[in-house]
Amino acid sequence: MVAGAYVLEYHLVNYRRTWRSSALSTLVLPLLTMLGFGLGVGAYVSGGVEGVPYLDWIVPGLIASTAVQAAFGEATWPVLSYFEWLKVYFAQAAAPLRVGDILGGHLAFMLFRVLTSAAAFLGVAALFGAVHSWWAPMTLVVSLVVGLAVAAPTVAYSASVSSDSYLAILMRFAVLPMSLFSGVFFPVESLPVVLRWVAYALPLWHGVELSRDAMLGLAPGWLGLLHVVYLLAWCAAGWLLAHRLFRRRLAV
Amino acid sequence: MDSLIHARGLVKRFGDFTAVAGIDVDVRRGEAFGFLGPNGAGKSSTMRMIGCVSPPTDGVLQILGMDPRRDGPKIRAKLGVCPQLDNLDIELTVRENLSTYARFFGIPRKVARQRAAELLDFVQLSERGDSKVEPLSGGMKRRLTIARALVNEPEIVLLDEPTTGLDPQARHLVWERLFRLKQQGVTLVLTTHYMDEAEQLCDRLVVMDGGRIVAEGSPRALIEQYSTREVVELRFAAESQEPYSEKLAGLGERLEVLPDRILLYVFDGDAAVAEVQRRSLAPASVLVRRSSLEDVFLHLTGRTLVD
Repeated sequence: MVAGAYVLEYHLVNYRRTWRSSALSTLVLPLLTMLGFGLGVGAYVSGGVEGVPYLDWIVPGLIASTAVQAAFGEATWPVLSYFEWLKVYFAQAAAPLRVGDILGGHLAFMLFRVLTSAAAFLGVAALFGAVHSWWAPMTLVVSLVVGLAVAAPTVAYSASVSSDSYLAILMRFAVLPMSLFSGVFFPVESLPVVLRWVAYALPLWHGVELSRDAMLGLAPGWLGLLHVVYLLAWCAAGWLLAHRLFRRRLAV
Repeated sequence: MDSLIHARGLVKRFGDFTAVAGIDVDVRRGEAFGFLGPNGAGKSSTMRMIGCVSPPTDGVLQILGMDPRRDGPKIRAKLGVCPQLDNLDIELTVRENLSTYARFFGIPRKVARQRAAELLDFVQLSERGDSKVEPLSGGMKRRLTIARALVNEPEIVLLDEPTTGLDPQARHLVWERLFRLKQQGVTLVLTTHYMDEAEQLCDRLVVMDGGRIVAEGSPRALIEQYSTREVVELRFAAESQEPYSEKLAGLGERLEVLPDRILLYVFDGDAAVAEVQRRSLAPASVLVRRSSLEDVFLHLTGRTLVD
């Protein structure tokens, strides 16, 4: 545990070098999305969705989606680079750290990035008057869970490939469709049944539903518990897989 | 017996490929111990097992009296590792490279900063402390990697080809620093395929070939055992050197014909040259030199190129 914290500290020190440019995009991206979809598209969706104004309906989904994007960004190129190009993991493996410390510390840093991205989005949403419930901050907890549910298996994937063209494939065929079909921009009920089940199977939709309940102050109920359990299953499976792949590369 | 590294029948296999085929090694406290061998001899695999990042397939391995299979992190806390390829943090400053790495060993921040300053002084990089790593020269990067390996005040420092790719000035500076470490009582374990490096630094060494140890001893003992005191290099003007080998028969202990010259392994070089002249063979050039570790190395591992 303690050793994992040293690894997190390392990533934070490293981030200090680049945080300015990344902080700018962390703030600008939600701003543009809010203007484009919330206000632009929202003006056409005059009746709202499920009895809620479109902006209020879409913001929780966008927060969960932002969390997933941040998790994906941190779990792909940096991981590949730390194995293939910069060899950071190998330097860490020579120190008295365990594979679990190296993996856990890096995942903790990814969650830090997930949290700051989601919090920035929540802040911008508040400025646009799209926050109505005292439960709204719970969306950050949801972001962390869905962020880990995506980050852990993505880290495993990145640890198993040797070229970044595989990462681009994941982006195109997994992350992009998941962002489009997970009830972020429109309810999944509008999708054909097959695609609806794709949304149910992937992590993001569960995060979107939980985030929406939090932002709109609705009780998640038993279905909410199911969402949480399903996301935690993704986290656990992702961790086990990533740990195995890290071991295979760092202790051969 | 104060044996810091103790291996018996140590084996490393990757699938069907055997990288290390059962070696016995003992490294004593305070000595500089070398693994020599051509590429693919199993040096790096051995180093990785000693560094506790690669579990042995078979055999006994004890480091500082502990078992790497069980006590990996505990052992690594007392090792310093300088890998073959620098894996420094190019985004961080020179100083931060040391202080952040020190944190992995649980060294308090204040101590880490202080130690970073001392080590930068030791490897003569104090003036570059606040610059980034990327623009540093190869020699500077290597010195920084060595400094990083010392950040936990290790009992054993593992150096995998510490001067490969450096220019002569940079190599001599690295050797001088490593020699200083040895004087301070730090145990050094290094791999190299530079014979002069081995002669400069190693108290004792093993020559590896095909995953096995083919010779062991001090550089001087190895030369005495596997070579003669002196070597005479004769170059004949003819197209082929081969015909001369018969005419040189009986001269010295061993004779080796190369495409461009003939090597005579003898005790007394000058006497051998006199005999060559007495047989009126008239070589185009003659060189008498002391036998070196390189002669031993080539004798033991052959002249065939291994890629």
